[in-house]
Amino acid sequence: MPAFHQILETTPRGLYCPAGDFYVDPHYPVDRAVVTHAHTDHARWGCKRYLAAARSEHLLRMRMNDDAEFQFLDYGEAITIGGVRVSFHPAGHMLGSAQVRLELAGKVAVVGGDYKLGTDSTCHPWEPVPCHLFVTETTFGLPVYRWEPQQQTIDAINDWWRVERDAGKCCVLYGYAVGKSQRLIAGLDPSLGTIYTHGAVEKGNEAYRKTGVELPETTFVGSVDRKQDWSGSIVVAVPSAHHTPWMRKFGNVSTAMASGWMAVRGARRRRSVDRGFVMSDHVDWPTLLEAVELCDPEIVWATHGYSSVVARYLQEQGRNAEVIDSRSRADSESDETDSAGNEEDPE
Amino acid sequence: MIRFAELYNRLDSTTKTNEKIAAMVAYYAAADSADAAWATYFLSGNKLRRLVPTKLLRQWAAEEAGIPDWLFDESYHAVGDLAETLAMVVPPGKMEADLSLATWVEELLPIRELDEDKQRDAILDIWRKTPISIGPTNAASMRFVVMKLITGAFRVGVSKRLVTRAIAKQCGLSPDVISHRLMGNWEPTSKFYETLIDPDGPDASASQPYPFCLAHPIDLEAGPEPLGDSTEYFAEWKWDGIRGQLIRREGQTFIWSRGEELMENRWPEIESAAENIPDGCVLDGEILASLPDGEVLPFAQLQRRIARKKVGKKLLSEVPVVFRAFDLLEHEGADIRSETLESRRSKLESLLGEITHPNLRICDLVAGDSWDAWATIRETSRAKNAEGLMLKRKDGLYDVGRVRGTWWKWKIAPHTIDAVLIYAQKGHGKRASLFTDYTFALWDGDTLVPIAKAYSGLDDKEIRKVDQFVRKNTNDTFGPVRSVTPELVMEIAFEGLQRSTRHKSGIATRFPRIVRWRHDKQAKDANQLSDLLDLLPPD
Ligand SMILES: [Zn+2]
Repeated sequence: MPAFHQILETTPRGLYCPAGDFYVDPHYPVDRAVVTHAHTDHARWGCKRYLAAARSEHLLRMRMNDDAEFQFLDYGEAITIGGVRVSFHPAGHMLGSAQVRLELAGKVAVVGGDYKLGTDSTCHPWEPVPCHLFVTETTFGLPVYRWEPQQQTIDAINDWWRVERDAGKCCVLYGYAVGKSQRLIAGLDPSLGTIYTHGAVEKGNEAYRKTGVELPETTFVGSVDRKQDWSGSIVVAVPSAHHTPWMRKFGNVSTAMASGWMAVRGARRRRSVDRGFVMSDHVDWPTLLEAVELCDPEIVWATHGYSSVVARYLQEQGRNAEVIDSRSRADSESDETDSAGNEEDPE
Repeated sequence: MIRFAELYNRLDSTTKTNEKIAAMVAYYAAADSADAAWATYFLSGNKLRRLVPTKLLRQWAAEEAGIPDWLFDESYHAVGDLAETLAMVVPPGKMEADLSLATWVEELLPIRELDEDKQRDAILDIWRKTPISIGPTNAASMRFVVMKLITGAFRVGVSKRLVTRAIAKQCGLSPDVISHRLMGNWEPTSKFYETLIDPDGPDASASQPYPFCLAHPIDLEAGPEPLGDSTEYFAEWKWDGIRGQLIRREGQTFIWSRGEELMENRWPEIESAAENIPDGCVLDGEILASLPDGEVLPFAQLQRRIARKKVGKKLLSEVPVVFRAFDLLEHEGADIRSETLESRRSKLESLLGEITHPNLRICDLVAGDSWDAWATIRETSRAKNAEGLMLKRKDGLYDVGRVRGTWWKWKIAPHTIDAVLIYAQKGHGKRASLFTDYTFALWDGDTLVPIAKAYSGLDDKEIRKVDQFVRKNTNDTFGPVRSVTPELVMEIAFEGLQRSTRHKSGIATRFPRIVRWRHDKQAKDANQLSDLLDLLPPD
């Protein structure tokens, strides 16, 4: 497909747009980065210039180097860089997450970044963007991954909190600091008790609130007296806090993890938490296929996770699909350990 | 069935004994006796014989999910559990009615007899009427449990003792009564369950064994001193054989293994020796390979007998066996388990004193007037093909493991050796995505010769570290096996060693396990194969 060569190519540093001379979600510091969302494995620290969706501004400024130059665009607004028309479109993954649409000479490439199709009150829902080239993530690209409606999971989490509260326990709910945690907090029922947060989560909350996302009232754990009685309340924390001395002060706890990996019993057990709630901010198998149908591209580039499985399946369905090595080998290894339940779960 | 699936989830998601018991008590309180009977059947580790060949289940699941076979395989590889993959890969069905556990089993059992087309219809019907997960449990539950039953792989982390305690707690009878009634063979019917929890229930049938009294290990560092005064104990050799219960009732003989298997026609010479015992006797003892003069043969010899369902003449003469009785549980038709060991032992001595038979002997006491004396004797265990000594309180009742400290096993230290990790393979079930199965090797000159496979002994953190090591240091792959750079050294313990022509090293190891990771050693510091050969018992 020579027509795409000027729009997008894969390089060791990540996806590169030669016509516009910029990278999309580079793996290393570069001069100019177009960023799909504020997770650190996509928004790489140390670049000189960042271009991103407007609703990710507070999150990005919180996490990126101060000396960087930022430029933000509303969803749907476009600018032209080196003849390439660049615009952002909602990805539904987290606050400010976007698909990057690149258009040159009538050809359209869309980099989906991380995305999901389900309900999430803390961000704009994913929108299909018709294109010729669609770069899709395949983190959960296996038919065993099939999410339930969000409300069902939220209800289950609140039920768990209610039952453990009545048993006099403190609930500790683990989710990735930015994105997952705020989605969880938005679903928690504040009438059940006080919602406390781990520091990293509270920082994320601030950025969300500044952007105008309404969240129930939360209290930073570090801001309250040590002799606090934690029973009946819920603490939203990052997964790496599990089994650390930080946890001791909460006394008798019930722990839970919210993640797509929790769909598999083995992953739930390896986490050694009391409960595993299946809640993901990535596409599951049916919605991944649905997204491809809706965008109906000439070619699909598959990246992250089960890329070779998805590419092979799409090929067998008569689609043009390729695996792109957008990540270095070491990175893809750590992805695999993620599915095995290790800490750095970029969800 | 939802309730049973919820019970499964509750048992599966906690490691706390009290929570497990509470979950079972709640289940039994709500279940009718037909469901309770089947629940007891499955919770105590029984399975349905596989209903449908696995190959067909995989094929039908892929068809129903609209995916090619290779994609089913990829999914199975990622999930690591067949029943779970079968439950998750097929799109969710619609549940019309929540049938009871007993009804489910009644519907499942006839599937085995159907022809292939009808089996397919039945399995598709099951998928179409089961959601993947139900309500707030938010986990692969009911369909998963059904798939576990169909594949004959249902297993849940409770011991039979825990199930016994839960039933006892629910019905208000003593755990001893429930435990005894649950021994041996029974059919999971509502009638059985009603009898099980009936306060005025009838006593055991002729074949019914008693629960086995188990021994606790003595900490090898601390030794037996913490047990108190040595004169309060009897010592016996701890033989390495098969624990058995020999029942003589109503003119019949029954021999049970500790796994509650009725061993019929396996030990004909013991059965015929048992005809000399009067009715109404139950003996506890060890089945050993032993020469007529009483010399005990290595376990490897007994293994030749274990391997055979039917024993031929040649084997009978080459490997004779003996039942070494060390306890008497029933005498003259009365349960004497609540008498002291001293009293039971004297009854056993007078009972067997009247019978002299090479295939049925009493297990002699080992004389010793102090812990030190026994410690010296214990050192000679290996030469006698014993595993160490048993220490038993003279005033102890025949206890079923509730009170710690009536029986102690004082084993000799296992053989250990420092070996190098050379191959790794992914585990199964909950460890399906981690490299947890290792092959270890010793030096023979400058080559490493594999000597043992070991799966257990590391904690989760160490397993993850090894897993990362394997991923970064793979040199070659043979199917699922990765050959890694020989760097990691671990101390491996074995219960026993024997010569083997089937093994490259010339040695077969028994119960190899990892004692610890020797971070202080490099591959070159590991042991030589000759060190292991030195540990072999003399021929
Ligand atoms: Zn992300």
